Amino acid sequence: MLPDLDRHLTDAATAVAEAGDLDALRALDAELLGKASVVTEARRELGAMEPDERKDAGRRLNEVRAELERLVSERRTVLEAGQRAAVLEAERLDLTELDRGQRLGHRHVVTQTWERLEDIFVGMGFTVAEGPEIEDEWHNFGALNFPPDHPARDMYDTLYVEHGEPGSTLLRTHTSPVQIRVMEAGEPPIYSIMPGRVFRSDTADATHMPVFHQIEGLVVDRGITFGDMAGTMDAFTKAYFGREFTSRLRPSYFPFTEPSAEFDIRRDDGSWLELAGCGMVHPNVLQAGGLDPEVWSGFAFGFGLDRLALMRHGIDDLRELFRNDHRFLSQF
Amino acid sequence: MKVLLSWLREFAPVDGDPTEIGDQLSDLGLAVEEMTTIGGGLDGIVVARVLDLRPHPDADRIQLVDVDLGDGEALQICCGAFNMSVGDLVPLATLGTTMPNGMEIARRKMRGEWSNGMLCSSQEIGLGDDHDGIMLLGSGPDLGTPLVEALEIRPDVLYDLEVNPNRPDAMSVAGVARDLAARQGVPFSLPDPSPAEVGADAADRLAVDVVDPVLCGRFVARVLDGIAIGPSPRWLANRLTALGMRPINNVVDVSNYVMLELGQPNHTYDLDALAARSGSGAALRVRRAADGETVETLDGVVRTLSATDGVIADGDDVAVGIAGIMGGASTEIGDATTSVALEMAWWDPQSISTSSRRLGLRSEASARFERGADPEVADVAMRRFAELLAEAGATLAPGTVDVRGEVPDRSPVRVRTDRVNALLGTDLSRDEMAGLLAPIGFAAEPAVGDASSADLDVVVPSFRPDSATEIDVVEEVARMHGYGAIARTVPSSTITGGLTGYQHDRRAVRDTMVGLGLDEVMPVPFLAPGDLERAGLPADGITVANPLVAEESVMRASLRPGILKTLAYNASHRLHGLGVFEVGHVYRTPASPQPLPDEREHLAVGLGGRDAGGAVAVWSGLADALDCRGYELVADDPVGLHPTRTARIEVDGVSVGHVGEVDPGVLEAYGIGERVGWLEVDLEALLALPHGGRPYHRVSRYPSSDIDLAFEVDEGTPASAVRACLADAAGDLLADLSLFDVFRGAPVADGRRSLAFTLRFQADDRTLTDAEVAEVRTACIAAVEGSLPATLRG
Repeated sequence: MLPDLDRHLTDAATAVAEAGDLDALRALDAELLGKASVVTEARRELGAMEPDERKDAGRRLNEVRAELERLVSERRTVLEAGQRAAVLEAERLDLTELDRGQRLGHRHVVTQTWERLEDIFVGMGFTVAEGPEIEDEWHNFGALNFPPDHPARDMYDTLYVEHGEPGSTLLRTHTSPVQIRVMEAGEPPIYSIMPGRVFRSDTADATHMPVFHQIEGLVVDRGITFGDMAGTMDAFTKAYFGREFTSRLRPSYFPFTEPSAEFDIRRDDGSWLELAGCGMVHPNVLQAGGLDPEVWSGFAFGFGLDRLALMRHGIDDLRELFRNDHRFLSQF
Repeated sequence: MKVLLSWLREFAPVDGDPTEIGDQLSDLGLAVEEMTTIGGGLDGIVVARVLDLRPHPDADRIQLVDVDLGDGEALQICCGAFNMSVGDLVPLATLGTTMPNGMEIARRKMRGEWSNGMLCSSQEIGLGDDHDGIMLLGSGPDLGTPLVEALEIRPDVLYDLEVNPNRPDAMSVAGVARDLAARQGVPFSLPDPSPAEVGADAADRLAVDVVDPVLCGRFVARVLDGIAIGPSPRWLANRLTALGMRPINNVVDVSNYVMLELGQPNHTYDLDALAARSGSGAALRVRRAADGETVETLDGVVRTLSATDGVIADGDDVAVGIAGIMGGASTEIGDATTSVALEMAWWDPQSISTSSRRLGLRSEASARFERGADPEVADVAMRRFAELLAEAGATLAPGTVDVRGEVPDRSPVRVRTDRVNALLGTDLSRDEMAGLLAPIGFAAEPAVGDASSADLDVVVPSFRPDSATEIDVVEEVARMHGYGAIARTVPSSTITGGLTGYQHDRRAVRDTMVGLGLDEVMPVPFLAPGDLERAGLPADGITVANPLVAEESVMRASLRPGILKTLAYNASHRLHGLGVFEVGHVYRTPASPQPLPDEREHLAVGLGGRDAGGAVAVWSGLADALDCRGYELVADDPVGLHPTRTARIEVDGVSVGHVGEVDPGVLEAYGIGERVGWLEVDLEALLALPHGGRPYHRVSRYPSSDIDLAFEVDEGTPASAVRACLADAAGDLLADLSLFDVFRGAPVADGRRSLAFTLRFQADDRTLTDAEVAEVRTACIAAVEGSLPATLRG
């Protein structure tokens, strides 16, 4: 004779639903499905039954057992989820409290401009060359077609250093001497830019520093034309400033180029900004670099690097670049 | 060079609005730096007389001026200038006037006193550069007369042009007009006056001897008589003022006018004064100066000359002027002058440039001569001078003294049509080129007189000394064709672009520093004397021969002073604990003579508020970024760095720099109150050594075994020695080795510390047995205990 299984199921469902935690459920699991449970005890009674009765009772017991297992399992799922949620809730963090501002360092704004320019010209097929900041008179002036005592030298307020003969060694006044060094270093084709630090005998103010930076360019190959120079300068402008920028060339004078030009770009207000000097490499300069001007032709250009840095960020005082105030440096 | 549009139009009928003309000038290479409209905005400015001057009761820098506009009433004006006196005639901007700069004149109170208008400086009304005081008007005009009428001002446009050193011809109004006329395709002509010639022949009244024909390529002299010194006509004075020169008297003004107009500097001698200096009559002698010879120049300064300077001497060979730079005081014209000897010469540019630099004396004349004046313009300039001075009663004596020396060769220049097109990227015909050159005076004919020749022979005009070779003519063709008219092409580079290995690595260095939280700084590379010594460094910086200030007289031999100054500067603004780095050049006197100083690129790191440990961490981070293996830190005490907290960095046995801390004494000298961790590396040396190969090591798939070993080690024994000993003993089985704990204090004996290492063993081809691990462990212990003053802790 089976116990009242319907009643047992109802009681069990109530007990399982009331199990408050996993420990209570575990105890209930043992009580309802373990060795001393109602269903296990009842199964032991089966052997004493008649075959027909035993078959029905056995099936009935299996159903009840399965239902009990289902009740316990479902309740376990609910309790486990609750416990995980409680653990997670206990771990709750205020992330804004944790945001204390992780600091990285900052590359100097001049370095950033320098590398940006390198990347553009490398993309145009140029290599990057460098030369000494303390130069000899030949590379800075003589090889660049500045005759001794020529008034053109007055365009540069030169700082000389005590080394060798007086007047023989100087702080380079422009990056152009690297042109000569590049030509001396090997045969064309040359497609090179030469960024670097240059010096002038100038008192520091908002637009002048005794030390600043330039970037020089030199192309020497067979059949290079003035039109190539104009196109290259324009391509650079569009790459650096944006496609909408237009540029113009107008005649100028540098001893080391002829024809020489100033390169202007048009500002938003329609006025022109003088950006760079450029020109076809003077035959005397090619010769000074050991090249035959009847075979090779080329162009050179040069412009101020610091000013591009100032323009990009709206900095209004050149001296800030060299003052090294943390409040300035950490902005870029 | 400043030019007036009205003056340009005397040479060529140039057309167009002023802005358009300005653009054309810029496009010709005569860049317009400023364009000013003259004579505009002067309505409402009238002539007034100063009646009284009184101090302002409440202000020191303003005075009260009563002026009369002709009605006899005193009108009070507040004025910040003090250069006028009672009775002076001055320009007054009356109430309601809009000034050329847009400012509106209204009645207003200044510190409690009414001002009923504004007295004007010449700059404020666009008639000159003088803004130091109120413009004083000569006597003459009636009170209340509009200023425009009183000064005979005509509306005009003033261009301030940037003239490059290769364009001496454009240092004259005529030269600018010639270029502009060529661009506009309108005719250009120089004046060709023919003043009447009266009196005795100049050749009989003045002797000229050119002793040095190299110095003086041409010396032309004429004589003018009947001069009455007085003020210039208003129109002429106005033009000089507009071009930035102060009117002096009619002779001086005409002299300047002719120079500005035609580019020929000239000099006037009082002929009687010159004649009186010598028994042999008026004579001029051109020679080089004797060393130490002196002459008093027009500015009243006695100049001592050297043998490279040129002088003009009198009949007794006493110098009366410095050739091409400045005349002398002794023969200066004065109020009593009636006859003048007028000199127009051509001086050797090189000589003038050298003298002018040596003497530190620049003049309008020297600026033109050193660039190269026109040796052929003197004849017309002489006649122009006489014409302009005729109004003052001057007459030109017949006869010209004209002595020629050496001037630059002007043989025709062969210009190859193909060459021009090849350099410019154009497709101009021979005759198109000739057509572009003709209007600027370059006479181009088919080469060797052969009409079928493809090339040109070009005779360069005397006023273009910069043009002497084919490439110079190429430039003129390009200029007259228009730079903007040349089609733009982009050459495709025939090489592969890219950075060098060094440049790549240098970027990696910067990226690493930034990743470690350091800011890049850029101190100037100039130091003051003593900066190196204060940083504990030898005073072997390269010195600047001509520094502007002492603070910039030494080139840095180390990045240390600049970084310490940076940290001190920031600390003074309460910015402490900064970590900074710099990549830059340092310069040293080479050990043995070489053409240039020893110049190298260094990396330096200064860590404010951090000790040597921080600096070592930066170094090891850098070594990892560069894959620089096999370095050693060797205890060292270089001057200026902390003697017990510094190590030399050796890579493959080569010293590349130091890491540690800055010496506290140095920090004190720089006013830094916190520790400074320090790293300075010779980047060129470091990057020349093997690094960055990054050879692949196969990752073992077999289990690893870890053991910990702690040794008690003598303080004199570096941890790196224990580490090296362990690595050596463990051999190929060592997969990782790290120092995880350092402990000092009981029970470890004084003068010793405990160093605890974790070693991970692993084989590429098998799982290590316990026996193998035990064996290598024993070997490690034996190696350390056997070769170092170290004992295993139990």
